[in-house]
Amino acid sequence: MTGNPFALWVYLSQTPLLWLTVTLVVYAAVDAVSLATHRNPLMNPVLHSIWIIGLFLYATGTSYTAYFSGAQFVHFLLGPATVALAVPLYENRKLVAAAIVPMLVALMVGSATAIVSVVLFAEAAGLPRDIVMALAPKSVTAGVAMGISETLGANPAITVIATVLTGIMGAIVVTPTMNRLGITDFRARGFAAGLASHGIGTARAFQVDEVAGVFAGIAMGLNALVTSLLVPVFATLLLK
Amino acid sequence: MIAAVSIILVCQLVGEVIVRGFRLPLPGPVVGMALLFGILILRDHAAALARGPLRDGGVEGVAKVLLANLSLMFVPAGVGVVQNLDLLARSGVAIALVLAASVVMTLLVTVGTFLIVSRLMRRRSS
Repeated sequence: MTGNPFALWVYLSQTPLLWLTVTLVVYAAVDAVSLATHRNPLMNPVLHSIWIIGLFLYATGTSYTAYFSGAQFVHFLLGPATVALAVPLYENRKLVAAAIVPMLVALMVGSATAIVSVVLFAEAAGLPRDIVMALAPKSVTAGVAMGISETLGANPAITVIATVLTGIMGAIVVTPTMNRLGITDFRARGFAAGLASHGIGTARAFQVDEVAGVFAGIAMGLNALVTSLLVPVFATLLLK
Repeated sequence: MIAAVSIILVCQLVGEVIVRGFRLPLPGPVVGMALLFGILILRDHAAALARGPLRDGGVEGVAKVLLANLSLMFVPAGVGVVQNLDLLARSGVAIALVLAASVVMTLLVTVGTFLIVSRLMRRRSS
């Protein structure tokens, strides 16, 4: 090694290899801790991977664009993983078919609650109108939420932050809350997790119970549709 | 394995085409999920479909590996939040509290509605 170590860093920090490796190594380490603590909700692997990698980028002065050049390979898998939800859905189809009415009612009521509550709380907290609009679709998966936010003329960057925060908070809170309330129906627990906190809640539900994961996946998919239809309606009703 | 991955990608691709083509307010992969579900159901009714990745747990195996690592896939988008934190510097705490209150309320209302409706249905059928 006679070369300048700084030159090596400059080279590596621009390659997808380094950032893909960092993403996988940090996640693998955090996930191992999460497993060792018996999936303690506070050891949420998404939350801890995000801040550790974020600190690392900050400390090395790396731009998000450079990071994403490597991390995009992982990001891409979100699509195929969503399609893959069809398999547990298929394997549990009898259970799902038997619960179709409670699911649809909970979908409509829950979706409306997610939108109306965030708009009313944000108004009460005195947040500016453009932020209130950007928060409204926070319970659906980031890609759809951004689309909704754009059609409202809100800032999609704020929507993404709200979506990720909502996902992580829901994933942390759901298990202790349901346990304390003595709710043992994993269909209902999973459905609530997927509806309130989309994919991150669904990932959490799969950690806890397969049936919960299946119902969370269904809730996530259906809520993307219902929220897209409801947010523009509530936005005009509540924010005049 | 490649064939199983391919069938998942084909479903996603067709889902994407349908969503864009009909301007549906849905993510393409969600339509792809519905397609793959339909294919798995069809396979049970038509023996001719049960080949390649659609037999001996081919797609099922790949799908389970993907879902077992679902949390990982949210990390890249999540790291983007850390880079945008300055956007929230002014009202970040208020936003976090509003979101926390809303997510807890949504969880409780959803789980409560689900349980009440399923209990009512059980009572009526018995």
